[in-house]
Amino acid sequence: MFSSRNGFWPALPALVLLFAFFLFPVVRMLGFSVEGGTFDWYAKALGQGLYIRVLWNTFEIALLVTLFCLLLGYPLGFLMATTTPGWATLGFIFVLLPLWTSVLVRTYAWMVLLGRNGVFNRLLVEYGITSDPIPMLHNFTGVLIGMVHVLLPYMVLPIYGAVRKVDPAIPAAAAGLGASSWRIFWRIWLPLTLNGVFAGCVLVFILSLGFYITPALLGGGRVIMIAVLIEQQVREALNWPFAAALSAVLLVATFLVYTIAQRFSQPEPAR
Amino acid sequence: MSRRLLIAACALIYFFLMLPLLVVFPISLSSAPYMQFPPPGFSWQWYERYLDDPQWIDATWRSLYIGSGTAVLALALGVPLAFALVRGKFFGRTILDRVALAPIIVPHIIFAVAVYGLFAKLKLIGTWYGLVIGHTVLALPFVVLVIAAGLRDFDRSLEQAAEGLGASRWQTLAKVTLPLLRPSLVSAGLLAFISSFDEVVVALFLAGANMTLPKKMFDNIMMEIDPTIAAVSVMQILLVSVVLVLIGRFGRGLKDSAR
Amino acid sequence: MSESKGSAELLIEGVGKRFGDVVALDRVSLRVAKGELLTILGPSGSGKTTLLKVVAGFETPDGGSVKVGGAEITSLPPAKRDIGMVFQNYALFPHLTVKANVAFPLEMRNVGRAEIEKRVSEALAMVELAGYEARLPRQLSGGQQQRVALARAIVFNPRLLLLDEPFGALDRKLRETMQLEVRRLQRRLGLTTIFITHDQEEALVLSDRIAVMNKGAIQQVATTTEIYEHPANDFVADFVGESNIFHGTVSAPGTVALDGGGSVKVTSDKPVGTKVGVLMRPERFGATGANLFAGEVIESVYLGTSFKLRLALEGSRELLVRQPARGTLPAAGSRATVGIEPDAIHVF
Repeated sequence: MFSSRNGFWPALPALVLLFAFFLFPVVRMLGFSVEGGTFDWYAKALGQGLYIRVLWNTFEIALLVTLFCLLLGYPLGFLMATTTPGWATLGFIFVLLPLWTSVLVRTYAWMVLLGRNGVFNRLLVEYGITSDPIPMLHNFTGVLIGMVHVLLPYMVLPIYGAVRKVDPAIPAAAAGLGASSWRIFWRIWLPLTLNGVFAGCVLVFILSLGFYITPALLGGGRVIMIAVLIEQQVREALNWPFAAALSAVLLVATFLVYTIAQRFSQPEPAR
Repeated sequence: MSRRLLIAACALIYFFLMLPLLVVFPISLSSAPYMQFPPPGFSWQWYERYLDDPQWIDATWRSLYIGSGTAVLALALGVPLAFALVRGKFFGRTILDRVALAPIIVPHIIFAVAVYGLFAKLKLIGTWYGLVIGHTVLALPFVVLVIAAGLRDFDRSLEQAAEGLGASRWQTLAKVTLPLLRPSLVSAGLLAFISSFDEVVVALFLAGANMTLPKKMFDNIMMEIDPTIAAVSVMQILLVSVVLVLIGRFGRGLKDSAR
Repeated sequence: MSESKGSAELLIEGVGKRFGDVVALDRVSLRVAKGELLTILGPSGSGKTTLLKVVAGFETPDGGSVKVGGAEITSLPPAKRDIGMVFQNYALFPHLTVKANVAFPLEMRNVGRAEIEKRVSEALAMVELAGYEARLPRQLSGGQQQRVALARAIVFNPRLLLLDEPFGALDRKLRETMQLEVRRLQRRLGLTTIFITHDQEEALVLSDRIAVMNKGAIQQVATTTEIYEHPANDFVADFVGESNIFHGTVSAPGTVALDGGGSVKVTSDKPVGTKVGVLMRPERFGATGANLFAGEVIESVYLGTSFKLRLALEGSRELLVRQPARGTLPAAGSRATVGIEPDAIHVF
C-alpha cells in the first residue's frame, strides 16, 4: 500500500501539523530571546547567581532522579523479564497503571502522604518515632520522591526489554561454570543489558530536565527547576525574551544529552 | 537465596509505585470535612460534591471530547505518517522519523509556552480545537510508534495476495491492511485519548477560562487540599484501569509496544 | 471488470531485471502452452521467484514483455491480470473465514451474491473442504490451509495459476498427497500453471515440462525425462538427481578420453576433438558392462531397496553407484568393479 512512487505523500498532513504547530511556534518563540540583536538575556540566564542556582538545581535533581530510578528500576525490570508470564503480566499492570494515571493524581497523593499532617507524619508521631513532624513536602526530598515515582516506569520498560533479549542459556552456562549469583550479575547480566540501562537513564534524565508539574506542586515555590522558572517568566513576569532564552538553554541541554547518548549507544541489530 | 532477596526488594518497590494510587481510595471516602488520615468514618460526600458541582462536570465533559477529538485527529494524521515512515523510500525519511518523535524529546513546558504565544496571536486560547491541536502534536509520536511497530510485523504477502486476487490498492487497504492492524489502531487510539485526558502543562496555557479536568485539578491542588480531588483521582484511576483492560483485550500487547 | 476468459498461453520474452549490481533475470524467454504445467526449478537465488513476481505483477521488469493469451500484460497492475497465485506461506487472510477468503476474488470482481455462493461451494468441494466454510484459517491444519489457498486461486477462473513453493511447509507424507491432488486438479481444469520449487524430486513428480534456472538464466527447458536423461549442461546434470559428471574430449568416434585419464565408450556422434561432459547416473551401473570401473569402496550405505556405494577411482576421482539391494553390502575398504553400457551414458 502507498508504495506508488516513493510513498511520501501520506506523511504530508502530519508534517503540515508538525511544522505549523510544533516547529514553527518553537522556533518563533526562541527567536524572542535574541530580539534587538543582543544576547543579554542569555547572559542573564547563564550569568546571574540566582539563575545559575536554578540551572544547577535542575541538573542535580535530574541526576539524582535518574540514579534512584536506576536503583529501583533495574530490579523491577529484571524480575519482570525473568519471572513466569503470569507474574510478569501482574508486574506490568503495577508499572503501567501508575504510568498512565495522571501525574496530577500521583502528585496529589504524595502531598497527602508527605504533608506536615500527612499520612507518614501521622504514623511517625503516633508510634513515637519522632515527636515533631519531619518536613517532607515543599522541599528537595518531596520533589525527588515525587519525580522518581513519576519517572520510574520509563526506566523499568527499557531495562525489561534489554533483559528479555538475553538468551537465558548464557547466565545458565555461567552458573554451570561455577559463577556465583553476584558474579553472574556483574559479569553477564549487567554488561549484556547495558543498552537498556543506558536508554532508560537517558530517557529519565531528559524528562527530568524539563519536568514541570511535580516540582511546581511538591516544591511549593521553594525548589525551583528551570521549567518552573520558564512558566513564571511567561505567566507572571510576562518576560517573553527571558523565558525564550531559558527555553533555548533547556532545549540545547536536552538535545545535547540526547545526541551524545545516540552517539554512544550501540546500534540495535536491524529488525 | 539472592532471588528471594530480589523478590522482597521488588515487593517494596511495587508498594512504592502503587501506594499513591491506593491512598486516595480511603481519603475519597472520608467523612472528615478536611484531609485527615486515617479517615474517621465513611461517606460519599466528596463524590456528591464532585457530581453536584457544574464546574467539575463541565471540565470532565470538555476533557472527554477534547480527548476523543485528539484520538481521532492523531489517528487520522499518525497512521498515514507511520505508513510513510515504515514503507516509504523517499529522501529524508530518517530525518522525518526524528521530527515525528521530537514532541517526546522537547520538554512539554517549551512546547506549551511556544504554542501559547502563537495561539494568543491567532485567538485560539480557550477554544476546544486549539487544545485538540496542541494535544494531537503530543499524541502523534505515540500513535506513530505503536502503528509503526504493527506495520513492521505485518506480512506483506497478504497485501500482494489481495492485489493478485483483483483488489485495488484502496480495497486492499480497507479489506486487508486496516482490519489486520486493528489491534494496533485500538492501542494507538486509546493511548492518544489518555495522553490528552491526562495532559496538564499545555492545557494550563491553552485552556483559558474553559477548564479541562486536569487544569481544574491543578488549580484546586494549588489552592487547597480538598478531598474532592481524591474522589476525582479515584475516578481517573478507574478510567485508566478500564482503558488498560480494553487495550489488553482488543489492542496490541502492551509488552510489545514497551520495546 | 469482465469475467476472466479462462486458461491461456503464457509467453515471456527477453525479460530482464536487476537489483543494483545483481542480475536477477538475464533476458529470460519462456513459453508455457495453454493447459500445461511447467515447473521452474532452481536453487535459491536463481531468479525463479523474481520471474514469478514479474508474471504476477509484483515486480516490473527492466525490459522484455509478458503476454497472456496474446495480450501484453507487462505493465498491468496485479489486480488486472486475472492470475491465481498460491503463496509460499499461503497468505490466507487471517481475519476472514474460509468462505470469505475464497469469495474475496469474486467480490473484487463484483460477482453477484448468488453466483458467489455457488462458485465458492464448488471450489471448496473441489478441494474437499465442503463444510469448513465458517472456520478461520488458524483453525485449519497446514494441508487444509493449502487447499483453501488453492480454492481461492482458482475460484475466479484465472487465466494462469502460479504456485510459489506451496508444499515447503508440509511434512513429507502430506506433501506427496497434495502434489498429486494439485496435479489432478490442474489437469481437470486444464489450467495453465507455473510451479516454482527448489526440490527436484517434486519437479519430476508434478510437471509436464521443467525449466531449470540458475543465476538468472534458464539453463534448459524440457520434459521431465529429457531433463533427467539428457541434461544440457553440468548445472542441470548436477542439480537434477544424483550424478557422476566427468569431462573429456572425443578421441575417436564413440569414445571419450576423460581428463583425469582413462576413456569410456559412448553412443554420441559428436565430432572428434570436441570438449564434452559425460554423465553417468548412479543407478545405471551394473555388475558388468562395456565400460568397467574398479576402485576401493570408501562408503557404503544400505537404503532398503538399494545399496549406495562410493568408489575411489584412480586419479582421485570418485564414483557414486546405486545397486539393487541383493546379497551382502560391500564393506568399506573392499574393492569392487562396476560396469555401464555406452547407451546409458549421456554426453553433452
